[in-house]
Amino acid sequence: MKNSINNAFKVAKKENRPALISYTVCGDNTKDKSLQILNSISKDLDIAEWGIPHNCPTADGKDIQNSSYRALQNGIRLNDIFKLVKRFKKTKPSKPMILMGYYQMIFNYGDKKFIRKCKESGVDGLIVVDLSFPDNKNFAKLCKRNSICFVQLIAPTTTLKRMKEIIKSSHEMIYMISTISTTGSALKYSIKRIIKNYNVIKKIKPSKNVVIGFGITEKTISNLRSADGLVVGSAICREITRSLKDRQNPVTNVSKLVRKLKNKII
Amino acid sequence: MIKLKKKTPLIDQHDKFGFYGNKFGGNYCAETMRKPIEDLSNLFEKLRKDRKFLKKRDNYFEHYLGGETPFFKLENLTRHLGGAQIWCKDVSAINGDAHKAYHATVNALICKESGKRYIAGDTGAGMFGKNLAMAAKKMNLKCKIFMGTKDISRQAPNVKFMRDAGAEVVPVDSGSKTLVDAVSECMRHYVSNCDNTHLAVGSAIGCNIFLKICAWSTSQISRELKKQLVKEFGKIPKLKLINVIGGGSSALGFWNEFIDFDKKHVELIGVEAKYAAPLSTNAKVAILHGAAQYCLTDKEGQIAETHSLSAGLDYPGSSPLHGLLKDSGRARYTNASDKEALAAFKLITKLEDIRPSLEPAHAWSECIRLAPKLKKSDVIVVNNCGKGYKDKKIYIEQLGYYPK
Repeated sequence: MKNSINNAFKVAKKENRPALISYTVCGDNTKDKSLQILNSISKDLDIAEWGIPHNCPTADGKDIQNSSYRALQNGIRLNDIFKLVKRFKKTKPSKPMILMGYYQMIFNYGDKKFIRKCKESGVDGLIVVDLSFPDNKNFAKLCKRNSICFVQLIAPTTTLKRMKEIIKSSHEMIYMISTISTTGSALKYSIKRIIKNYNVIKKIKPSKNVVIGFGITEKTISNLRSADGLVVGSAICREITRSLKDRQNPVTNVSKLVRKLKNKII
Repeated sequence: MIKLKKKTPLIDQHDKFGFYGNKFGGNYCAETMRKPIEDLSNLFEKLRKDRKFLKKRDNYFEHYLGGETPFFKLENLTRHLGGAQIWCKDVSAINGDAHKAYHATVNALICKESGKRYIAGDTGAGMFGKNLAMAAKKMNLKCKIFMGTKDISRQAPNVKFMRDAGAEVVPVDSGSKTLVDAVSECMRHYVSNCDNTHLAVGSAIGCNIFLKICAWSTSQISRELKKQLVKEFGKIPKLKLINVIGGGSSALGFWNEFIDFDKKHVELIGVEAKYAAPLSTNAKVAILHGAAQYCLTDKEGQIAETHSLSAGLDYPGSSPLHGLLKDSGRARYTNASDKEALAAFKLITKLEDIRPSLEPAHAWSECIRLAPKLKKSDVIVVNNCGKGYKDKKIYIEQLGYYPK
């Protein structure tokens, strides 16, 4: 299973396009609905990312905060998330699943127990927003031992020296934050500058799969298509919010949006 | 049990990852914040050894904040309770009305040194917000204050002050609409603007560097107190230092110079609000706002909602340094309810001339409980860390009056 993330990138590369990665919050707006959304969009996705909702998300903008709030209001718990991942993987065993969250949720559950449950339910990778290098060394090792990809993050503020260290200790996928911001704000930098930052990372270790996230929308996605992968999160969460507000079905609306995103990068 | 190091300032007793006693603190933050907080750490370590900077700080403390705050005996209260001698370190007499003046001023000075033109801070009771707004105005910085909408309405006098001083008050309407949400929103603002904005965290919480700057700044209180005690008693008498705990910034400042004393000689007592009391109700360690700390959570690990009449205490977490003081046995923690704090205010203001805000009223409540059980030779000092005018409306609602 470990190679399923690598495979996803290989497939995309063969088709000469970036891998498309979605981010939605598990349990938004209900447990079943979030699974239905993911099942429906997965044909257009290369990798699925599910957020673990936390009520103190200090790196998230309004859209993901709203999604997390809805999920928590509907009573989602960590054990539900593992069950939902299992159900997802049962029908889509080859689709890589990455869980993303804040360290408090893992710490409270217990690192080892958390990773064991991830492995049991079929989680392929983990992103822990506030467990940055070098504090994440032990946790990353624990992931590796259990064949789970620990995804390191690199920000525009990361120095070259630090970047090299992070890349050295990274697994098969690296997440590049496009711009100095929380999730979902508009890109502050020019596309040229973002691609330049991206190329700095790629040059250090070309074999790593580097994805770009934060601020990727229908408008910006095609300009960044030279990346190994692109993550769209807030734009999808925003679409769920809009659908619920307009009393429309989020499953069909989000599927349409993801289709459009995919079309822009083929 | 964790052992404290002697002759090492409390704030410096961390490892290279920013952990105290292998357990509290750390730097749980987004990658984007790593470089800015590293730069800030380097700047702070340089400045705290820089004579010129220290002179500037002392100058501001002396002339801008009004110098040494008074220390006096409460004769009437002592007589009324009939036990220990009760003394007041009246930090609320500072220009700025609360201990927050110290670290707001220091943060503005550091911001100036860093070359950044913008400063952002969180506030609950509005004392930090108000002082940061004042310091920013004085030093020509653009200031944003993040405050929960519930707090904006219950601490209106301070909000007016902030706006009059030219600060932008950003209302935070998420979650419980109180301090915890204000801190989160302020951190988000920093993540998005760390290239030009200095983050001034309102208490001794957050990633390692933020709590260090805070506790370093408020320690002015205990430097003064130590001198005042020697002047009054000829030595450091057997003491109990009682301080209210929200995040814990005033207590750390009030206790800093006394950490190395034996606890039988100088006892440190922290008083939390009853329904926001992670330290005195055996809460678990959790990660909140960038640091591991004693914090109220639910079973799933979500941060719990708290309830206190006092906006400054309405916070689920506590400073990692208080976790260290608790686990090392150096300080002990208790709590007081809204009702007890109000009763303390009533008694204190009837007998004495001080007008504590709701926050130190909690400390006074513990003093009132404790003093009758002690001997005349025992000395209690309470840090009266905030002025009551900001809570005038609440006092009138709850007690029917506000004393002259």
